Amino acid sequence: MKEIAKKILSTVVASGLLLSCLMVAMTSSPADAGGNRLTITGSTTVLPIAQRAAEDFMEKHAEINISVQGGGSGVGIASLIDGTCDIADASRPIKDKELERAVARGIDPKANVVAMDGIALIVNTGNSLQSLTKAQVKAIYTGKVSDWSAVGGGSGQIVVVSRDSASGTFEAFGELALDKERVRPDALMQASNQAVATTVAKTPGAIGYVGLGYLTPDVRSLVIDGVMPTKETVLTGEYGLARPLFMYTNGKPTGYTKNFIDFVLSEEGQKIVEEVGYVGLK
Amino acid sequence: MKEKIYRQLFALLAFASVLFLVGISITLFVEGLPVFMEVGVFDFLFGKLWYPTSDPPDFGILPLIMATVWVTGGALVIGIVLGVGSAIYIHEMAGRTQRAILKPTVEILAAIPSIVYGFFGMVLVAPFLQRLLDIPVGLCAFTGSLVLGIMTVPTICSISEDALSYVPHSFREASLAVGANRWQTLTQVVIPAAGSGISTAIILGMSRAVGETMTVLMVCGGAAMVPTSFFQPVRPMTAAIAAEMGEAVVGGLHFHALFAIGLILFFITLLFNVVAEMVSRRFRLKLGLAG
Repeated sequence: MKEIAKKILSTVVASGLLLSCLMVAMTSSPADAGGNRLTITGSTTVLPIAQRAAEDFMEKHAEINISVQGGGSGVGIASLIDGTCDIADASRPIKDKELERAVARGIDPKANVVAMDGIALIVNTGNSLQSLTKAQVKAIYTGKVSDWSAVGGGSGQIVVVSRDSASGTFEAFGELALDKERVRPDALMQASNQAVATTVAKTPGAIGYVGLGYLTPDVRSLVIDGVMPTKETVLTGEYGLARPLFMYTNGKPTGYTKNFIDFVLSEEGQKIVEEVGYVGLK
Repeated sequence: MKEKIYRQLFALLAFASVLFLVGISITLFVEGLPVFMEVGVFDFLFGKLWYPTSDPPDFGILPLIMATVWVTGGALVIGIVLGVGSAIYIHEMAGRTQRAILKPTVEILAAIPSIVYGFFGMVLVAPFLQRLLDIPVGLCAFTGSLVLGIMTVPTICSISEDALSYVPHSFREASLAVGANRWQTLTQVVIPAAGSGISTAIILGMSRAVGETMTVLMVCGGAAMVPTSFFQPVRPMTAAIAAEMGEAVVGGLHFHALFAIGLILFFITLLFNVVAEMVSRRFRLKLGLAG
């Protein structure tokens, strides 16, 4: 009996110790953990760039440890304001409300444009439609048009697929394509670019939108206002549905943060940008 | 002396759950309350428009509540048929070998992570149903119900089976002795005697379905509108919280609204658990097991 009690007690003590270690690990913010740690949080759109760049950067600088997380632009900027990350990835500029909170906390968010992203409208490969105008895209997404025949396609119900209202891509699309009007209530809201592409690929009557980095052979992108979404048309500004991608830092980047941003902007970094499907700045 | 220390130590561990529950309830209330003040209880619960990030925003969660009701209701029908049916087969009819295969298999269903169910639903079930039923889109309330129903099977099946095994042997023997055949004994004696246990199983399965998040987020389509058919995309409450919490500005009205949805979900599952507890207590009394 006593033996069992001892065993239980030691287990409890051990797990207590483990728990307190965990607590300490969780509460210590990365900013305090010495200069050798870099934490990057934010937009899932920017995530592939940050992830690949971090891997290559760490290979060259063995002394630094970079942790990259997603979560969305809002999460990234919120963590930057709370001081729990060094770089906040964002697929949209900082909002006024967020800026106010940052200033109140003594944080000075600085935007570093690292790449360009185009938003492509995609349809199922079985769809014969080749192009739309921006006005037609808006009519489809706000609910004024519900059948493919009204926009020059075959007949059939349009299944409208959108990103979730919480994503940066949704906000960018709302501003670039919908003039901030509301997406129709019966639109399917998907949690990631990948989910939008999968849904469109599997649904004959669907239309969706994704970042250029998520175009796959399973879906077909549409010509918008006579312009095909490609790297060239995004960089020249011809293609209407394009936006910059940011890495926000607190003030002008210094130390390893600066080294990392410089790396992303270098020829090597911009090659990564292209490889993961976005448009490099040069 | 030593014994006293152990006693207090374990008491502390046991009461930790109470502490967690109180903490969670308080947080939900405090964070959810502002939205009831600002939007109004009626407009929040019965508003038909959910546009939390528009300017100005609309916070009506009726589409989300109805989505949860539809999807859970559908899941329940599937869960009851599969879960209770398999419990009856495993406990009453299956031979030893079959039972040795079936029981662990059903239990393994419970061990599959919900995201795997979600992925399976999204990539395989939804396109299949879309082609089979010729509906515009496979990601809809029906697909959600189907996948969720399968997920509730382990809960419903294993608790129902326990309920069946609690039925005293004397009941069966008495029934067979007065000339009832096996089918009559099963439907008129054993199942009614295990009835409240089976009801508990169903309610607990329901509570699992209501709270399930990842799967419904992936397979229900996510359109925030009050459903009029099982083949429309819907946005259950849990999916809305999971999809939007990441981007909601901390301390903003949207943030509070998501907590308020959590509060309502909490009340729903609490209600289910209280009812399940009451039903199972009655069941124990009925069989004279309450002691």
